[in-house]
Amino acid sequence: MSEHTVSAYDQELTEIAGKIAEMGGLAESIVSNAVSALITQDLVLAQSTIDRDQRLDDLLHEIEMRNVQVIARRQPMGQDLREIMAATRIANDLERVGDMAKNVAKRVIAIDSDLKSKKLAIGVEHMTELALNQLKAVLDAFTRKDAEAAVRIRGQDAEIDAIYTSLFRELLTYMMEDPRNITQCAHLLFCAKNIERIGDHATNIAENVFYMVKGDHLLDDRPRMDETGVEDKESV
Amino acid sequence: MSEVSGAIRTADEFEPNKATAMENTKISADKVQVYYGDTHAIKDVSINIRAQTVTAFIGPSGCGKSTFLRCLNRMNDTIDICRVEGRIAIDDEDIYDPKVDPVQLRAKVGMVFQKPNPFPKSIYDNVSYGPRIHGLVRRKSELDDIVASSLQKAGLWEEVKDRLDSPGTGLSGGQQQRLCIARAIAVSPEVILMDEPCSALDPIATAKVEELIDELRENYTIVIVTHSMQQAARVSQRTAFFHLGNLVEVGDTQDIFTNPRDKRTQDYITGRFG
Repeated sequence: MSEHTVSAYDQELTEIAGKIAEMGGLAESIVSNAVSALITQDLVLAQSTIDRDQRLDDLLHEIEMRNVQVIARRQPMGQDLREIMAATRIANDLERVGDMAKNVAKRVIAIDSDLKSKKLAIGVEHMTELALNQLKAVLDAFTRKDAEAAVRIRGQDAEIDAIYTSLFRELLTYMMEDPRNITQCAHLLFCAKNIERIGDHATNIAENVFYMVKGDHLLDDRPRMDETGVEDKESV
Repeated sequence: MSEVSGAIRTADEFEPNKATAMENTKISADKVQVYYGDTHAIKDVSINIRAQTVTAFIGPSGCGKSTFLRCLNRMNDTIDICRVEGRIAIDDEDIYDPKVDPVQLRAKVGMVFQKPNPFPKSIYDNVSYGPRIHGLVRRKSELDDIVASSLQKAGLWEEVKDRLDSPGTGLSGGQQQRLCIARAIAVSPEVILMDEPCSALDPIATAKVEELIDELRENYTIVIVTHSMQQAARVSQRTAFFHLGNLVEVGDTQDIFTNPRDKRTQDYITGRFG
């Protein structure tokens, strides 16, 4: 899109998009470290991951403040207005992604023992990989203002949900086999849920990117199934 | 409002004879051309303006929005080199028909200008002038009633009721503009045209006029030309964007300002015109 007559306005919007990219990169790295810490039982890495989440919160506040200032100063319209709205929502989602990762890292410290099952670790790792790919792809879509990519990414969340559901069943089996597994398995269950939620945030971001580019909302036509086995067609 | 949203989006898609679009139409323009001498100032503009609705005309300077507004009560007749073609109808009656008396038309289609222009007379005379020359009243008491109710509708009554004999030019800019609105509504018009009515007013006087526009919408069809996009977004329900004499896009105000269809509209409202 061509530039604003007032060039400082372009500068402000570019800086906000830059801050979103920074948040995105940080969120990816926090998620990746939290899960590494879980797989390798690295308590030091877990603690540093918890500490780094604070930076995401700070960035969120900074983006919110900048957005408020742009609204007050420029009264954005059309695409600019949608971009500001999308940036606010996306920053919120990224901050929540950080919270999810932080929660995983806290559970690493709470579990403080080796994982009972190699298979579980692989499942969690695989799910994390998918969630991170989604997050990366959706942030690229935001930067490129690519609505088609956003639609595609949103359609891929089902795979993460499916892995989560199978992990859920597996964890139930372990708990039934030996009640001594329950503590660890319950923590792992929450870890898996957190990662699955990261996928949901990536989906939210995809919907916001679509709105930002097209000005219309994506219709919520994907039936969702979670571990409860109850289909949910309610919109996000 | 019970309208089919998005039924009319762009000038290109526009079909003036479609029954559904006509239901609530007060003013209907069809393929209007305006020439100033050799200059083609308005190019093939077709638009339906809804009754009891505020329609905003926006666009860069020289885009033709004021010219088109002035066609709606034949103000352009006063300019010798100006030529208007096409059909403009109010309540389905062609206002350019030779049988139409422009003076009567302008009583039906009132106008408020950019700079408040009260007559150098008393506040009372400013408002009573129109009803008097149009012969709308027979008794002084009727005239008093019209002056009072017009000033009330214009939100000026409380401020001037004790000094109706003072000169209208002695009021503040915002009060003068509301006096001009009172003068316009004193002759019971059906349509009020406003050509940048707030551009000479401070923000508080502007807010009062905007509040007034919103109230007047119940009884009048209002068309407003404004350079302030925020004002268009605040006061209007429909917005039309003009560019280089073309009507580029017309639609619900909320759509035009959040999700315009045409790139030229998008560039204009977001401040990207070079």
